[in-house]
Amino acid sequence: MARYLSRKLMIYIFTFFVAVTIDWLIPRLMPGNPVDIMVSRMALRADVAEVMRSYYLRAFQLDLPLWQQYLNFWAALLRGDLGISIWLFPQPVLSVIARAVPYDLFLLVPAILLSWILGNQIGAMAARVRWLDNTILPLGYILTATPYMWLALLLAWALGHVVKIFPIAGAYSFNIRPHLSWLFIKDLLWHWFLPFLSLFLVMFGGWAIGMRNMIIYELEAEYSRYLGSLGASQRLIRRYAFRNAILPQITGLALQLGAIVAGAVATEIAFAYPGTGYLILQAVQNQDYFLLQGCFLFIITGVLLANFVIDIIYTLVDPRTRLGMVGE
Amino acid sequence: MALRVENLRIYYRTLHGYVHAVEGATFSVRDGEIMGLAGESGCGKTTLGHSLVYMKPPMIYMEGKVFLDGQELPIWDMRRMNEFRWRLVSIIPQYAMNALNPTRRIGHLIADLLAERGLSYKHVLPELKRRLDLVQLSPEVLDRYPFELSGGMRQRMVMVISTLLNPSLLIADEITSALDVSTQKAVCEMIIEFRNRGFVRSTIFITHDMSILYQIADTVLVMYAGQLVEKAPVEEIFRSPRHPYTRMLIAALPRVGARQRTERLRGIPGSPPRLLDPPPGCRFRDRCPVAFERCTETPPFVEVEPGHFVACWREI
Repeated sequence: MARYLSRKLMIYIFTFFVAVTIDWLIPRLMPGNPVDIMVSRMALRADVAEVMRSYYLRAFQLDLPLWQQYLNFWAALLRGDLGISIWLFPQPVLSVIARAVPYDLFLLVPAILLSWILGNQIGAMAARVRWLDNTILPLGYILTATPYMWLALLLAWALGHVVKIFPIAGAYSFNIRPHLSWLFIKDLLWHWFLPFLSLFLVMFGGWAIGMRNMIIYELEAEYSRYLGSLGASQRLIRRYAFRNAILPQITGLALQLGAIVAGAVATEIAFAYPGTGYLILQAVQNQDYFLLQGCFLFIITGVLLANFVIDIIYTLVDPRTRLGMVGE
Repeated sequence: MALRVENLRIYYRTLHGYVHAVEGATFSVRDGEIMGLAGESGCGKTTLGHSLVYMKPPMIYMEGKVFLDGQELPIWDMRRMNEFRWRLVSIIPQYAMNALNPTRRIGHLIADLLAERGLSYKHVLPELKRRLDLVQLSPEVLDRYPFELSGGMRQRMVMVISTLLNPSLLIADEITSALDVSTQKAVCEMIIEFRNRGFVRSTIFITHDMSILYQIADTVLVMYAGQLVEKAPVEEIFRSPRHPYTRMLIAALPRVGARQRTERLRGIPGSPPRLLDPPPGCRFRDRCPVAFERCTETPPFVEVEPGHFVACWREI
């Protein structure tokens, strides 16, 4: 077990190194540079602008050769320093992200978990109840096939504009200051609902379809048939099928949870919800190398951690994977 | 009479119509009898066997009655049959090697199955261990997952599970088909041993391998294209078969010591009819060397000698 885990860990560390390197490289492959944008926003005289430009280039150490920037980046990273945001200069990237992450969690954790639980249950039911199969499934296919952006806009238009039930932007009303009170919490939930619903619907369809197909496959498997021949109840047969069908769904869930810190870029843009996804958009538009790096670093860490956790969970729930640990 | 089947008709529903897989089967199996059910692929022997236990769509029940130990089995009713399955009538399926849930320890699986019948695993365990010993499995397999066992071990495990509640009727479906000859022999001996020890009362042993039946069966029932052709005690069916199909089938078996130069292996010319909308009458008549006009009517399955049944107009 220890050998298995340490081998896995090595692979994850290597993957982390490669991913972070790419993360560092990608923003720098964009045309132009952040300082130009920043200086041009100041609307200065040409000669002053030039001075400012060279000052900021030096301040952000963007005048150094690339290899040196790269080494500095790792050195800073290991100290836990993600740099200063250019878009929100001079706030440190870490605190910008730390402010956004709670919104991601608040939006995505319930959406993912609820859609996963309900999707699996309803999907498993659809595998044996014909009318459910004929209603939920086509709906699921339509929902998952719909371009998400369009669905979000449709919801915002229908429930936010035509029937003015829900607000269509922000995490809370502009005239309320975040504080702990029933009023604020109500406002927060009220703003939260539409983005949540849009995410929930899309993910729910995906989970339900996946589960339904897996269950049908398992119920047709020979072990199910044998149980039936021995007069086992439908309940027992379904219980076994469900347990086996849920295995791939667990992988899917863990991957989704790992990507949580990425926020839901499309959702957060559509509903102007201030999570990491929204930050990524701003970082790209402002060529904010450091913020973009920081956001991606969170995503990388999240995905790798999630994968590592799946590896461990899988050995617990699926005995077949345990063989791999002994048979080396 | 342990098992009595009367005029059983089982079809398959397909997109092109009904496949007449078992047509008017009437036969019985005595207490303690091991009846071999023989015939070529697609003749309906597996369908017949399965229909007695677990009739899953697209298999459909058309008509007929099945009595086991004097009570009628509701084979057309999936739910009501549950009460009889395993306890009275059980099956060792053809796919025995893949018949166990891969993610459940075998002991747990058995405990789950027993619990559904209100039986306690602990209570059954000593007997279970004795039977495992009989098929040369160590009791520790109960703590294993099916994928940790070899194919042969899994099959023996399924043999033990299927017969654990001492069913009156066991259907062994092609259980020797994927095995090498020495393992075949061992499996056959276990089936006989199960009968001798009273784990099962009667057995229907489905196979396409006539030579195995010679070793294990008390009687042999031959099927052809969904119809019963002949049933007789094993010695008799090999020594003096009455139906032309059985005769040709026995004649086609290789003989020990025969040389190809002097005695070529014979086959039966032609191939079985399609079971989708088959013509009325004896289904063998197109390949039969002694067919005559009357064969367009379905011949009855009649007892020509005590215990010897034939469905052929020539023999009546």
